[in-house]
Amino acid sequence: MTRSFASAATLEDALSALGAGARPVAGGTDLVVGARQGKAPLPDSIVAIDRIPELGGIADNNDGLRLGALVTHEEIVANELILKRFTALADASAIVGSHATRAHGTIGGNVMNASPAMDTGGPLLCFAATARLRSASGERMLPLEELWTGPGKIAADPAELLVSIHVPAPAPGTGSAYVRLEYRRQMEIAIVGVTAVVRLDGGSVAEARIAITALAPTIRRVAAAEAALTGSDGGKDAIAAAARAVSAGSSPISDVRGSADYRAAMAGVIARRTIETALARARGEHVSVPASAATWAGAGAATWAGAGGAAR
Amino acid sequence: MSVPATLTVNGTAYPVDIDPHMSLLEAVRDVVGLTGSKEGCDDSECGACMMLLDGKPVNSCSYLALQADGREITTVEGLADGEELAPLQRALLEHGGVQCGFCTPGMLISATALLRSNRDPSEEDVRIALSGNLCRCTGYTGIVKAVRSVRSAAASAT
Repeated sequence: MTRSFASAATLEDALSALGAGARPVAGGTDLVVGARQGKAPLPDSIVAIDRIPELGGIADNNDGLRLGALVTHEEIVANELILKRFTALADASAIVGSHATRAHGTIGGNVMNASPAMDTGGPLLCFAATARLRSASGERMLPLEELWTGPGKIAADPAELLVSIHVPAPAPGTGSAYVRLEYRRQMEIAIVGVTAVVRLDGGSVAEARIAITALAPTIRRVAAAEAALTGSDGGKDAIAAAARAVSAGSSPISDVRGSADYRAAMAGVIARRTIETALARARGEHVSVPASAATWAGAGAATWAGAGGAAR
Repeated sequence: MSVPATLTVNGTAYPVDIDPHMSLLEAVRDVVGLTGSKEGCDDSECGACMMLLDGKPVNSCSYLALQADGREITTVEGLADGEELAPLQRALLEHGGVQCGFCTPGMLISATALLRSNRDPSEEDVRIALSGNLCRCTGYTGIVKAVRSVRSAAASAT
């Protein structure tokens, strides 16, 4: 088949190209990199969707957030509402790739590539995000836990395009965090990641959502960890019980970044740091974004700047 | 089948006719003929190919050239004003921030992007921004010092 390329000016153009078998590209930070690494060849027929205005923009609706599929990680980290009310998502977008990745990589690409190690997936799942999928023949809303079916696998049809992601507004008293275990601060993929979204009501945990990243074939919530925290005082014992449940609820693989045993052991450690951070934020304490850097410093290790200073 | 497009590099428009799979790096080096940007890893790990696309840093080895049609592309060749080096380029020379020079075009672009978005970056800000740019000589100390010196000059000028 001869190669073809079109840049869609409208959503209709993009949908008809997808219907005819083209594959979409936005920032190219997964599709093109994957091809370079030999994971999958570039598609013969490509439709660029990065110039379609209605796929962009962050909108604050009364009932929540609308993220256009083309919203970049850079835009997410710069958004005041996300930093304040959907902090875990900002924690995640702030540590995706490098500044070059964040300038062009989109939230839509992240969601549709369905990597079990993607940083933004856990926060979106815990905030109960829904994907708006459109094809030439119609539109449907699909919760992310139904969209992701396996590593790199989704329940969407190839003719469907992700238009936007909808995230309901969290109730007052909610705090959230995403923390990953990383060997370097940038250009890293999570070795282990945990998201926590907790709501406090009069000193006790009224609601808890906890999700694991790079610890199972898909990013998923851990019901036992949520149950261990819900109704508790959010104290040390409850956090430890939830962290143990995260570790027990994981089914990691061994690869070049870490063995399955190491990942399962670290799952509990990262879970504890994440839950502590989410609870602190729910209490109104300031923990800077990204939480991965903040909790590393808080855990007693030197910060990057501190380590550099000590070496001089 | 090749597709016609216009690549605007450092203010000059180049009409090109290229394969849909061609990367922006290949197009700029092999079709336009500007070889300042380097191919290191060719899969977005090392940053040697970094360019600015509409002012934002991009790993050009992993970006389809046709997607850059009509956008503003800046490469290392576009930083100097004729024979007059940009302050960042002078600073790299002064602080010994260039060893073999292979990472230098990407480092310059990456640091340029940083200084445009943050006029007064801390040492940690500089190290984080440049961490997508690998120096195979491991000469990071001089590079970070150079970027910090430009920051200090820019900050004290305002």
